[in-house]
Amino acid sequence: MRTYYDRIVRIAGNVVTVIARNVGYDELAIVNTRRGQSLAQVIRLEGDRVSLQVFAGTQGVSTGDRVRFLVRPMQVPFCDDLLGRVFDGSGLPRDDRPEVKGEPVDIGTPAVNPVKRRRPDFMIRTGIPMIDIFNSLVESQKLPIFSVAGEPYNPLLARIGLQAQADVIILGGMGLRHDDYLTFRKTFEEGGVLGRTIMFIHTAADPVVECLLVPDLCLAVGEQFALQGKRVLVLLTDMTAFADALKEIAITMEQIPSNRGYPGDLYTQMARRYEKAVDFDGAGSMTLLACVTMPGDDVTHPVPDNTGYITEGQFYLRGGRIEPFGSLSRLKQQVNGDTRDDHRAIMDGCLQRYALCRESREKRDMGFEMSEWDEKLLRYGDMFEQEIMDLAVNIPLEEALDRCWKILAECFEPVETGIRRTIIEQHWPKELTDEEETPEPAEATA
Amino acid sequence: MNGRIVSVFGNMVIAETDGKIVQNSIGYCCRRDGAKLLSEVIRIRGRLADLQVFEETRGLRVGDIVELRDEMLSVTLGPGLLGQTYDGLQNPLPRVAEKTGFFLTPGVYVHGLDEQRTWDFTPKVSVGDTVRAGDTLGTVPETMFEHHIMAPFTLKGECKVESIVEASSHTVGEEIAVLAGQSGEKISVTMQQDWPVKRPLAICKRRLMPSEPLLTRVRIIDSMFPVVRGGTYCIPGPFGAGKTVLQQITSRHAAVDIVIVAACGERAGEVVETIREFPELIDPRTGKSLMERTIIICNTSAMPVAAREASVYTAVTLAEYYRQMGLHVLLLADSTSRWAQAMREVSGRLEEIPGEEAFPAYLESRIAGFYERAGALELNDGRVASVTIGGTVSPAGGNFEEPVTQGTLKVVGAFHGLSRARSDARRYPAIDPLESWSKYAGIIEPEKVEKVRELLRRGSEVKQMMTVVGEEGTHIEDFTIMLKSEFFDNVYLQQNAFDDVDGATPAERQQFVFDKILEVVDRDFDLDDKDTARRVMFEAQDMFRTWNYEPDDSEKYKLSLGKIDEFIATRGGKAQEVTKQ
Repeated sequence: MRTYYDRIVRIAGNVVTVIARNVGYDELAIVNTRRGQSLAQVIRLEGDRVSLQVFAGTQGVSTGDRVRFLVRPMQVPFCDDLLGRVFDGSGLPRDDRPEVKGEPVDIGTPAVNPVKRRRPDFMIRTGIPMIDIFNSLVESQKLPIFSVAGEPYNPLLARIGLQAQADVIILGGMGLRHDDYLTFRKTFEEGGVLGRTIMFIHTAADPVVECLLVPDLCLAVGEQFALQGKRVLVLLTDMTAFADALKEIAITMEQIPSNRGYPGDLYTQMARRYEKAVDFDGAGSMTLLACVTMPGDDVTHPVPDNTGYITEGQFYLRGGRIEPFGSLSRLKQQVNGDTRDDHRAIMDGCLQRYALCRESREKRDMGFEMSEWDEKLLRYGDMFEQEIMDLAVNIPLEEALDRCWKILAECFEPVETGIRRTIIEQHWPKELTDEEETPEPAEATA
Repeated sequence: MNGRIVSVFGNMVIAETDGKIVQNSIGYCCRRDGAKLLSEVIRIRGRLADLQVFEETRGLRVGDIVELRDEMLSVTLGPGLLGQTYDGLQNPLPRVAEKTGFFLTPGVYVHGLDEQRTWDFTPKVSVGDTVRAGDTLGTVPETMFEHHIMAPFTLKGECKVESIVEASSHTVGEEIAVLAGQSGEKISVTMQQDWPVKRPLAICKRRLMPSEPLLTRVRIIDSMFPVVRGGTYCIPGPFGAGKTVLQQITSRHAAVDIVIVAACGERAGEVVETIREFPELIDPRTGKSLMERTIIICNTSAMPVAAREASVYTAVTLAEYYRQMGLHVLLLADSTSRWAQAMREVSGRLEEIPGEEAFPAYLESRIAGFYERAGALELNDGRVASVTIGGTVSPAGGNFEEPVTQGTLKVVGAFHGLSRARSDARRYPAIDPLESWSKYAGIIEPEKVEKVRELLRRGSEVKQMMTVVGEEGTHIEDFTIMLKSEFFDNVYLQQNAFDDVDGATPAERQQFVFDKILEVVDRDFDLDDKDTARRVMFEAQDMFRTWNYEPDDSEKYKLSLGKIDEFIATRGGKAQEVTKQ
């Protein structure tokens, strides 16, 4: 027998309060309105007052409507038929095809026991030198792309998705523009990966609460594939929209805001999602890439700030390039020691020189005289930007390393690179040393 | 005694009861499917007890039973703690994994010590002896240490040993002695005892002034901003500045007996690194695996937030326990900001009046209370033991003016501030040499340190000035100072954490290199054009950097040193010839 509750006593924001008994915290309910049905989730119990967050929003909900409780948390059906499908933020098909029948899986499940995690050691090659050399992406890593509106973060995300060679790609769109969604779809179609892609898309036009479920749905499905031994790549865009949805609900629930209106548990809420990235000891893995747009290009804004503390590094996308300063892959040390012996030396040497180049540019822009050293740095900076930093560059790691050596050799003498002599002796391009105007390099390497 | 749930909101539960409620006592929320979720009373209003639940509250209902206990949140102390990986509530995670597989199922708790394992007990007291709380009754070998089995810390006054077992094997649960209290009551003693995590454990003659340097083999710390045994220090820094790497290096090389790593609300991946790496790493000082002297407490960011608050207390209690045995313990807490945030979340749910950035008003006193649990003690038997606490702080936006950083700076003895500018420039460890400070004395004479700090200060000033007047407007003397300060920064303050030699510099080598660098810095190179000056300093940097990577007393080490001496002897002005030899 189905029990309906019809004493709705409060409707505020996206939250409906109904008088009911025997309701479990965090469980699901269905709100029947004249417009149709909507799923809702229990977010507070106070005596017999049950507060529900209505996924479709509360527009048109009346105090005469009825609520039915499902006595289970939010679930998503799981099976291989999910592949190639598109769903909305409440898990319903978005592609005019029938609902998927599968084993229901709870979303927002408990954390993985740390002792059941592997130490990730597999480098994901992207063909982008700024990632492969300077901040290698590692399987099971969680990494955001910090960017601002207008930057090509979605194309970058799609490109990494295509080249990363994952078994399953899951795209979670939050507050996505409809044409962005179509672009993703087209890219994956052309790349021939649509058959192993699952999309959960919440567009800007959809109810805000549904946005909250997108990461959980993606991660619950991804986790199941990973447990089956698959290598899963989850792409989430844009996590700032997710955080804003959290803020909206928190304010409606009259929680004390902590920083710029965001709830005090913003860190915890985001961490619970990001931490789902995992390399299971004895099963597959889940890698998580997310876009975070920084309001006003301000990295100290609570969303990018908290994200940075949660994730294993971050890529800054600025001016159409992955910015070398600030961008960081915390796991790179676990893979870049086994690629080539000069990998780390090039990584540090090139970036330190590039940092100096920026200083010289500042000096130049202020109209100061350029020393011989400054000129070298400037030349280096230009070459580095064109041949390495440009996002259009698509070459394997080894080729990129050789290219770095070539640039260094064209601009500097070995002692000026700040690279250890033993490495220089092995890798300094030999043919170039003869062409240099000054004879020092040959002697220093001798 | 039982209560009933009247409200659930996030990880907060309000229960109603007719009986007595004890503040900070624990309770179990009984879910309908039989799971019992551990929780702690954090506020009492009339018949209502507000509890924070250490698990996800999913599925709890109004009317569900809460079993309220009389005891406070405690940890079990005894042999078998070393080498363990615990969650914030002292559940051994490997054994939890045996029970529940990949995931941490709410309501599954495992005893903190292995109750099956037997230990070879050797008595140290005889029948008729008088003992007091914390006195050693006997010992068992635990990894490389003599684990002292101590008289219960809760004993009052002097007690007589009524009976004690002979040298034999026992599990932690078996009775090994019976003591008679002052009023004649019998006290049964096993090898394990409980202690509430929020009460400091320090049974001693007196607290000492911490003064013995705690060597970390990180040059900038040991030489410039030292830490001492029994002291406290904090590492605030924006994300990506290298807090965690610094903590990991410290946990490897620190000259202490036991290291307790408390991963509080941070990434699971970092803990995994420690869990997987430590058993394979050999501690150069003992020849044993590093894990044998390490305890990991991990409550990662995805694990329930209330247990995160408990985890730092669990960690410090274990540290204090080993201190009672006469050992030197280092507690690394990463990150105290997450702990503070956990307090903020709880405070918000309690609807307390918020302080700055919505942190509770008692934030500072809690931080102070935590760091005050560090200290060097003279134990009752005269031995000296210590707990050193090093906490990282993750300030929002990397801005040190926020409440957690400020509250921490007031109570710690050393401040290792990490700077974004340094980490962006790949200058690791990114401890800012101008902003950081230490109240402790280290291995380098204070005058020398002061001299170098002055050099760094002047160097930084010149650098700033140069951005205004340019290189051509800078006097060669100032320019040389800037170069020398950069030189010192490059070859001494910066260290490659991922190189075996450069990553860990012993104290003697630090002193030697420091003096050698001072020789260079003290030279008046008498250079008259800037390009030559720059070239000379580059040469010096190159030589010192190469030297840093050569193992102690190797041929290459001597070769490098020889070149450096020659360089200094020729006063650098003719550096070109030096390389041409």
